[in-house]
Amino acid sequence: MKYGNILGSSSIAFDQPVYIESSASIVGKKEGEGPLKDKFDMICQDPMFGTDTWEAAESSMQKEAASLAIGKAGLTPRDIRMVFAGDLLAQTVASSFGIAEMGIPFYGLYGACSTMGESLSLGAMAVAAGYGEHILCATSSHFASAEKEFRYPLGYGNQRPLSATWTVTGSGACILGALPPRDEDTPNASPLRKGGGCAVITGVTTGRVVDFGFRDSLNMGGCMAPAACDTIWQNLSDFHRTPSDYDAIVTGDLGLVGQKILLDLLKEKSVDISAVHQDCGLIIFDNETQDTHSGGSGCGCSAAVLASHLLPGVVSGKWNRILFVPTGAMLSKTSYNEGASVPGVAHAVVIEHKEL
Amino acid sequence: MPSKEQLQKQKQYEKYVKEITPTHNLALNMAKAFLTGGLICVLGQWILNTAAGFGADKETAGSWCSLILIFLSVLLTGLNLYPKIGKFGGAGGLVPITGFANSVAASAIEFQSEGQVFGIGCKIFTIAGPVILYGILSSWVLGIIYYILKLLGVAS
Repeated sequence: MKYGNILGSSSIAFDQPVYIESSASIVGKKEGEGPLKDKFDMICQDPMFGTDTWEAAESSMQKEAASLAIGKAGLTPRDIRMVFAGDLLAQTVASSFGIAEMGIPFYGLYGACSTMGESLSLGAMAVAAGYGEHILCATSSHFASAEKEFRYPLGYGNQRPLSATWTVTGSGACILGALPPRDEDTPNASPLRKGGGCAVITGVTTGRVVDFGFRDSLNMGGCMAPAACDTIWQNLSDFHRTPSDYDAIVTGDLGLVGQKILLDLLKEKSVDISAVHQDCGLIIFDNETQDTHSGGSGCGCSAAVLASHLLPGVVSGKWNRILFVPTGAMLSKTSYNEGASVPGVAHAVVIEHKEL
Repeated sequence: MPSKEQLQKQKQYEKYVKEITPTHNLALNMAKAFLTGGLICVLGQWILNTAAGFGADKETAGSWCSLILIFLSVLLTGLNLYPKIGKFGGAGGLVPITGFANSVAASAIEFQSEGQVFGIGCKIFTIAGPVILYGILSSWVLGIIYYILKLLGVAS
């Protein structure tokens, strides 16, 4: 049985659509005061999430988001064949400690802030290949644990440049499956099903690590925009599509600076996506009133926006086909101190509205 | 090694990003730094004068001044207020003794969860460490220069 087609140099089109059975999002207080405040499943006022450390807080948040998504799909952890999860901490401890308690077979991923794209891609491939009936994809980031991991202690009084982004405290989780989400007439109906309408993944484009030699880790938009440009261009070329074939092309966390660069870089290749481009980092915060400079970032940013805002929009038919392109900057404190550049990576996932 | 052409491209990209990236207003930032740093110094002077008024000699008054400023900075760091001063005042909040105290206290608070030895012990000076190391090194170099000048009879 053949499930998919490989397209061009980096893409896969699935013959059978991979259903998104459910999604869940949990965010912190600041995100809960932003433009999407009414859409998240849970807003936690306590930045420690009832734990003693930032790392444990993030683990706890990711576990809760995963549990919520499993519950919304009408499933129990035992029904999940495997999980693809990741975060920004060293050795991705937030994911492994968070998911450990659930007893689900676990693959830990690191794609920096692009991890949600990576986990959805791998999850969709596993479902399409018939290796799992229900697969969990989850990522998280936490402002405080990320600052500690990559920058300064929180109490340190420094000034952030205007190009800097604000790491989102949030987690998003999705359940992918081979069968449609439960409809409204059945018990445990999934919120990602409206009548016959649901959201499916129909293709993915795997991103390359793109290095323009840029070194400013406080200008993540500048580091990641070339990768987003490369992946979007590759997706359009592999699928023989134009930007107008998508109702929205949504990048992860380029922010204001990165968005400008992405649009300019694509224009150089004679591709204009300005009419359909959106950025999760610009959706989740109101930069003017929330003092988030260039926008939101982190792998919880794109995951939470996808789970709370994008997927319901696709299910309701607001968007017929979107390209979800989370973007990541590949660096560690060590690589940065040793003077290495900060390359970017972006993975694209094609999500479509489907009427059953 | 990247080729010449690649380096050229990298430079071009860097230049382009720099052009489109918004930056803080330099004049405004300098004014804020002057105001913040200035106010901290005025406070220090006031402590000095008050201590002297109580009859302390110059050295004792100086010690009181350092002690009180450091205490205030650590207290404000613990209450999460110092980051706001740093954000507003930039270097004006970082350069005086209060900034140094803030960097030490902030690290101690952040790494407390990693234990007394490997957390606080190892990481308390992650930000202040370079200042201490190179501060001592440069005073050592200056000391040698002073010693040589003295031998030559230039300094007394």
